Amino acid sequence: MLEVLKQKFGSAILDHHQNYGDETVVVDRASILEVMKFLKQNAACPFNLFLDLGGVDYPNRNPRFELVYHLYSLPRNRRIRIKTALPESDLKIRSVISVWESADWFEREAFDMFGIHFEGHPNLKRLLMWEGFQGHPLRKDYPIDKRQPIPVMADLV
Amino acid sequence: MDFKRFFGDTILTTKIESVVNWGRKYSLWPMPYGTACCAIEFMGTVSSQFDVSRFGAEVVRFSPRQSDLLLVMGTINYKQAPALKKIYEQMCEPKWVVAVGACAASGGFYNNYSVLQGIDEIIPVDVYVPGCPPRPEQILDAVMKIQAKIDYHA
Repeated sequence: MLEVLKQKFGSAILDHHQNYGDETVVVDRASILEVMKFLKQNAACPFNLFLDLGGVDYPNRNPRFELVYHLYSLPRNRRIRIKTALPESDLKIRSVISVWESADWFEREAFDMFGIHFEGHPNLKRLLMWEGFQGHPLRKDYPIDKRQPIPVMADLV
Repeated sequence: MDFKRFFGDTILTTKIESVVNWGRKYSLWPMPYGTACCAIEFMGTVSSQFDVSRFGAEVVRFSPRQSDLLLVMGTINYKQAPALKKIYEQMCEPKWVVAVGACAASGGFYNNYSVLQGIDEIIPVDVYVPGCPPRPEQILDAVMKIQAKIDYHA
């Protein structure tokens, strides 16, 4: 799969490696949607199951943030990991909901925890933290002992 | 009138609060608010091995309006704190609260952005039970401490 991607997307594939058959590809964020569409729709090995999407904060790296997508191909029993880096100054990436609907809540979680904006997401609001929560708690610079005001329950009727 | 001479030992005198509280302390109706492993320990406490009915507190109700002992068992995060507060407010007076386990009492080892550092930040607590999770005997001990508290106020 790595060779196929390299041939098709060329310079958009920034890096790749493979350990014990576990393939990882680092993709330029500008082409994330095209790469994802291809991975889902190609006939040889369609990655039809969106397993996971996680954010990572590397405070000492530039670009600082990273998104990690995990895909699985049910017909071929193959997995692939897609990574893409995002700079702090421009925390945006295109949403992959149009490819896998199940990406919906994963993207909301990454938005909630890291403040990453997914362009084209139909309902990009906090998933885990409550309305009115300030900041993004999984960022490394979020103070570990910071406490926010306890939310007030909305009226039941 | 000389009661003693007239009735002998057939009558006891007391105060009305004492009688009422004597009834209350042996018929506590717990409302379990279980969010974690402490609630599993409470299941053991209610079951035959430990048998909380020996203390008259076996009528577990899942409605705050029918119960007078709120047992908070497990981690309470900020997002559900208002729900817990509402449940407490829905309980009729008199009512008592037990914070079962390290999480409910102090946040436990979850010292982070999402976990309430002890339910006493939002509601008053009568008895704190340490442990992660506590043994059923400790929950029974908490029930006995609540009973002693009811007695004390009589």
